[in-house]
Amino acid sequence: MTVTDRHIPDRLQSPLQRRLRSWETLLLAVAVAIFTFNAFASPYFLNAWNLSDATFNFTEKAMIAFAMALLIIAGEIDLSVAAIIALASTAMGAAAQFGAPTLLLVLIGLAVGLACGAFNAVLVTVMGLPSIVVTIGTMSLFRGISYIVLGDTAYGGYPKGFKVFGQGYVWWVFSWELVIFVALALAFGVLLHLTNFGRAVYAIGNNATGALFSGIRVQRVKFILFLLTGLMSGVASVCLTSRLGSTRPSIGLGMELEVVTMVVLGGVNILGGSGTIPGVVIAAVVMGLVTFGLGLLNVPGIVMSIVIGLLLIGVIALPRLWAMWRR
Amino acid sequence: MSPLPKAAPLPPVLALDGVTKVFPGVRALSEVSLALYPGTVTALVGENGAGKSTVVKILTGIYQPDGGAIRVDGQPATFPTAQAAADAGITAIHQETVLFDELSVAENIYLGHAPRGRFGLIDTAAMHRKAAEILHSIEADIDPATPLRDLGIASKHLVAIARALSIDARVVIMDEPTAALSHKEITELYDLVDKLKQQGKAVLFISHKFDEIFRIADRYTVFRDGQFVGDGAIADVTQSQLVQMMVGRSVDHIFPARAKAPGAEVLRVVGYDHPTEFADIGFSLRRGEILGFYGLIGAGRSEFMQALFGITRPSKGAIRIDDKVRVIRSPADAVANGIVYVPEDRGKQGAITALPIFQNVTLPSLGKTSRSGFLRLAEEFKLARDYTARLDLRAASLDQPVGNLSGGNQQKVVIAKWLATQPKVIILDEPTKGIDIGSKAAVHEFMAELAAQGLAVIMVSSEIPEVLGMSDRVIVMREGRIVAEVSGDQMTPETLVRHAAGIGED
Repeated sequence: MTVTDRHIPDRLQSPLQRRLRSWETLLLAVAVAIFTFNAFASPYFLNAWNLSDATFNFTEKAMIAFAMALLIIAGEIDLSVAAIIALASTAMGAAAQFGAPTLLLVLIGLAVGLACGAFNAVLVTVMGLPSIVVTIGTMSLFRGISYIVLGDTAYGGYPKGFKVFGQGYVWWVFSWELVIFVALALAFGVLLHLTNFGRAVYAIGNNATGALFSGIRVQRVKFILFLLTGLMSGVASVCLTSRLGSTRPSIGLGMELEVVTMVVLGGVNILGGSGTIPGVVIAAVVMGLVTFGLGLLNVPGIVMSIVIGLLLIGVIALPRLWAMWRR
Repeated sequence: MSPLPKAAPLPPVLALDGVTKVFPGVRALSEVSLALYPGTVTALVGENGAGKSTVVKILTGIYQPDGGAIRVDGQPATFPTAQAAADAGITAIHQETVLFDELSVAENIYLGHAPRGRFGLIDTAAMHRKAAEILHSIEADIDPATPLRDLGIASKHLVAIARALSIDARVVIMDEPTAALSHKEITELYDLVDKLKQQGKAVLFISHKFDEIFRIADRYTVFRDGQFVGDGAIADVTQSQLVQMMVGRSVDHIFPARAKAPGAEVLRVVGYDHPTEFADIGFSLRRGEILGFYGLIGAGRSEFMQALFGITRPSKGAIRIDDKVRVIRSPADAVANGIVYVPEDRGKQGAITALPIFQNVTLPSLGKTSRSGFLRLAEEFKLARDYTARLDLRAASLDQPVGNLSGGNQQKVVIAKWLATQPKVIILDEPTKGIDIGSKAAVHEFMAELAAQGLAVIMVSSEIPEVLGMSDRVIVMREGRIVAEVSGDQMTPETLVRHAAGIGED
């Protein structure tokens, strides 16, 4: 065959063009719309301290959602994250009863998160069990341990210094949680979008067999992702426990579904293979704004859960409508 | 256009008359004609993209033609649904025929038209009896009560054929029926086609393999780029005339000539064992050599190659690369040691079809294109550009998903991906399966070029002309073991088939 001077262009569409037509852009428009609506609907909305308070609606969930996004893009899921929060919080509470200092409490919280993540990781990647089943099981297991330890009692008596994570402010209205959220968003954004590891995550999520046959260490990548998700649950547990100032076994109950909702709303394909961290960040803000706005309008809790339910259904339906619109 | 052929004095059962089919942006078929006669096997010949599958879909009611007419017994007909085509007595046997694994053989044969007993319930006994009769008539030794999932691919084909007979089909379409079959199974399929002929069925036979076409077809019709090129009796054409009609140019030589001067030993495998798939595999491979692996489907060739590539682990055995002992526990280890594998299943194993071309190419080479773990897109595009250009890839852009490419171009992406790692040994598993003759020749030439540059090539192939045309040496496997290693004058089709099938050993 004659070698012709055939030139294949790198790209037909610039990355900017592609970004303008993306799911994230649509989501950003939704966020702006909700923000504007809230600003007109309630006179208390446009207040720096109120807005600062509103961020607590999503920061803890979002910390887990970043790691969960990577896990879901890689084709796995972890439904035990809220139970890890409970177990990590219980461990920290127990240690606090013995007068453990703040630093030790934080290390315990993170270590428990990491250990729970490792337990999930071994069951999924070494034993080859499906992650949805494994983590439904560990969800009951981890929270079950908390219930056995605490029963209907609660741990309190955390040291003063421990309060800083959930109640402290770095500067003016910027809370520690918000700063941690931004730092983690950047870290996970870089990890997923700018590193070899992130590329492997996409490859695995699109075709795990193909990734394996391309020399990717598929099980190792998945193992790390479960560890990261466990660790982030530990971080969220530190923040939430610090904010509440006490530990009950029901802490963070049902939060795993809100985390998954956030990830899917952010444009991550629940079947794996696609999604972005900026999308999850915007989705976190959208969910925070909705909850906060409804609260300001004195919408009763039952209506709020209806709205969250509709949001969840919308998340599933919107991508379809979006795809039709793009065509 | 075509005078009434003497081989088929009867009028056509089914004909396409100037049929056109247009898809957005593509004219898939442009006023093509095709005639199928009772008791006659017609081969539909053309490169990939010639419009063969579109014709099959029009004949089976999946697509509607945009122009021209379908005629059944000379009368204009339409097939608005697949059911309408089936009612007209047309049945198709695809590579992946729709059968149901969880049902029994008899249920599969009679699904939708089972014999009824009292109260309209299915008469199971009658169904099994009739299914057994049909299976017997095609000499298929299958118990009608067996669940389909217990059968091999060849037996499933037989069930599909039995089903075609049970609905009293007048036209049987076979779309690459032998692609997944072993030599013996193919021979059985030929006998079966002969039987269908004797029963007066019209058979449309689609195949890439010329020996096959000349063995069983009575007539041929050639398409090229969605257009009718010609038809006639097989007896009146030669193989090269047919190829010329197909490609629109003469193909003088199919396999490139190669200087045979292998270098130093690069790979030695000793006593590779696997609990179930293969045993005691040992051989050596030199730089610049092409080593063919021939055998029937299920001989354990792919299984061994995947163990060599680290997908599965051997229970015993050792390998030496450049005379140093190496242990390969994963594909990542294999790639690090310079062994790469181009799998047979491109869509699932070879490429990640949803990802862009450049990301597929750089996936195993990210260590080289990145800096301390961070991607460098400019380096990636450069690497992808270099290697896709070497393979003469045809694509709109390097950012395009691999899934949008044709089979031949997907294969080029997979090969480019591995060459970018600068391997020592490249294993190609059925490298030209299901790709058209033009791309095939390109792959063959490229293999020869790689060997000339000092790469050691292992080629697993079930196509004898390819094995003989490309290899310096051929290893024949049977039932998981190496049964022969032939080179030079011993490399004949007869030797390979004899060893692979285990016939006439001393």
